Amino acid sequence: MVSPGVWIASLIDGLLLGFVYGLAAMGLTLIWGVMRVINLAHGPIIALGMFGVYLLFAYGGVHPYLGLFAVALLGLLVGILIYAIAVHRVLTAPHLSTLLATFSINMMIIGTGTALFTTTPRNIDISLGRLVLGPVVLLGTRLLAALAAVLIAAGLYVFLYRTTLGKMVRAVASNRAAAELMGIPSARVLAFSFGLGTMLAAVAGGLIATFFPFTILSGGAYELKSFVICVLGGLGNPTGALLGGLILGALEGLIPIVLPVSWVPVIEFLLFVLLLLLRPQGLLGER
Amino acid sequence: MSMWRSISWWFTLIVLLGAGLWPIASGSATGREDMFLILMLVTLASSLNILLGYTGYVNFGHIVFFGLGGYIGFYLMHRQGWSLGPAMIAGGLATAALALVLGTIILRLRGAYFALATIGINEAVRAFVANFEPFGGATGMSLNFAVYQAYGGAAQALWIAYGVLLAVTLLTVGISFAVKHSKFGLGLMAIREDEDAALVLGVRGPRAKTLAYALSALFPGMVGVLFFFKNGNIEPGDAFRLHLSIETLVMVMLGGQGTVWGPILGAALYERLRGYLLTSPLFKSLHLAFAGMLLLLIILFVPAGVIGWLRARFPAIRRVIP
Repeated sequence: MVSPGVWIASLIDGLLLGFVYGLAAMGLTLIWGVMRVINLAHGPIIALGMFGVYLLFAYGGVHPYLGLFAVALLGLLVGILIYAIAVHRVLTAPHLSTLLATFSINMMIIGTGTALFTTTPRNIDISLGRLVLGPVVLLGTRLLAALAAVLIAAGLYVFLYRTTLGKMVRAVASNRAAAELMGIPSARVLAFSFGLGTMLAAVAGGLIATFFPFTILSGGAYELKSFVICVLGGLGNPTGALLGGLILGALEGLIPIVLPVSWVPVIEFLLFVLLLLLRPQGLLGER
Repeated sequence: MSMWRSISWWFTLIVLLGAGLWPIASGSATGREDMFLILMLVTLASSLNILLGYTGYVNFGHIVFFGLGGYIGFYLMHRQGWSLGPAMIAGGLATAALALVLGTIILRLRGAYFALATIGINEAVRAFVANFEPFGGATGMSLNFAVYQAYGGAAQALWIAYGVLLAVTLLTVGISFAVKHSKFGLGLMAIREDEDAALVLGVRGPRAKTLAYALSALFPGMVGVLFFFKNGNIEPGDAFRLHLSIETLVMVMLGGQGTVWGPILGAALYERLRGYLLTSPLFKSLHLAFAGMLLLLIILFVPAGVIGWLRARFPAIRRVIP
C-alpha cells in the first residue's frame, strides 16, 4: 500500500511540472487559434529555448533566469522569421502544406542542432534549495518555473484582452478579412502572433532546462505533450492549455506510482486519441 | 482488366521490372542491397501516396505499419517457426486489419486533427511494443542463424527476400495504378478536393477513406517483415523510426503526390541523394537539415513535385507516365 504522503507529493510535483507543460502548449494553441496552423516546429523551438539558456549560462555566465529574457526575445524573432520564410506563402493552401512546411523547419533545426551540439545530454547546474512540508519536498527550481509559467500566462491574458495589439491579434483570429477592412495590417499581426507562439515555447523550454537534462532531440517529447494538452484543453484555447497542462502533469506524477514509468506515454496517447474522438473540441471548447 | 491495355502501365511495369531484375541478372550483391533499399522505399512511398496523394490525408505514422508488420511477422517466424511467405502475408494482413479498425475510428477526424492523431498512434504503438514482453520488450528479438538454413543458407535467403520484395513492389505499384484509374480512386480524389461536396455527390466518404487507409497499411506491413527478416533482428527504435515516416513524405512530395510515378521517382531520387549526402563529409551530419530544406523548397515553389510539374509542363508525357 502506498502511503497518502507519496500520492500528495507526486501530485504536487506533477502539477508544478504541469504549469510549464501548459505554458509550452499555450504557444502551440495560440498559433492554431490565430491562423489554423499546427506548428510542427514546436518541439525543436522548445529545444532551442533549452539550448539558449544553457549556452548563455555555460559560455556567457548569464544567470539562467536572466537568460530567459534573452531567450524570449530570440524566440519572438525566430518565430517571425519562420513565419516569413515558411508559413506566409502557404497559409491559404491546404493543411498538408502548412504541416509539411513547419515540419521542414523542424528537420532543419534538428539536423543543424544535431551537427552542432551532438546528442550528448546537457544540464544546467543550479539549485535553489528545497522546501520541505511534511512528506512533500518541493524543489526550488520547479517552484520558480511554475510561478514563472503562471505569471507569463497571466501576462498573455492581459496582453490579449487589454492592449491594442492584443485586440488586433484576436480580431485577425476571428476574421482575417474583416480585420483587414478595419485597417489592421493582418500579415504583420499574423507574423507577430507566430512569434509570440514560438516565444512561449522557447521560454517553456528554458524553464524545463533548469531542472531536467536535455538534448537537441528532447523537444520532441514536449511537442507531443503539447499536442495532448491542446486537445485536452481545446485547440486554440490558451486557458484550456493551462488546464490541460495541469491534468497531464498530474497524470505524469501519479501514473508511475501504480505502473512502470515506461507506460506513461502509452496512457497519454490513448487518452489523446480517445479525446480526439469523443471530444475533439476539448474540455473547455475552442477558443 | 483495362489496365493491361494501357501504354503507361506497360511502361511502368517494364521500367520497374528491368531495374529490379538487373541485380539478379548481374548477380551483384552490392547492387542487390542498393536496389533492396530503393524498392523498399518505393513500396513505402507508393502505399503512403494512396492516402496522402489520392485522398489528401496527411499520415505521419505510416511507419507504424512497417514496424508493427515487421514485429508480427518476426514473432511468427521466430517463436512459431513460420516460413517467410506466410509470415509476410500475415504481417501485411494484420496491419491492414489494424488500419481498418483504427480507420473507422480516427478517420472521422479531418485534416489537421487526423494528422495529429497519426503522430499519437506512432508514439503509442512504439511505447506499447517496447513494454510488450512477447515481442521482447525494449531489447527486441533476434532470429537464430539456423533459420536461414531452410532457405538454402543465409546468402540464398537474402536473394529470396529480394525476389519477394520485387514482387511486392510490383504489386504495390500495380494497385496504386489500378486505384488511381478506378471509380474508387475517383471517389478518393473527390474527397481530397472537397470532402463535403464529395459526400453530397454520393461518395461514401468514411468507407472510402478507411479502405484507402487499410490499403496503404497492407504493403508496409509486408515490407517490414521482409526487411527485418533480412536484418535478422528487430527492436522498437529500429522499427518505429518517426524519421522514416517523414522521409517517406518527402519522397512522395519530391516526386509528385497523387501520381503513380511520383513516389517511384521520388523514392529513387531521394535515396540516391541521401546516399551521396551521407558519404560526403560536409553533409554527413547535416543530411536531415538538407532534406528539410529540400522539402520546404518543394512545398513553397513546386508543390506538384517533379512528375506533377513535368505533366503540367509537357502534357504529351501524360500518356506514358501515369
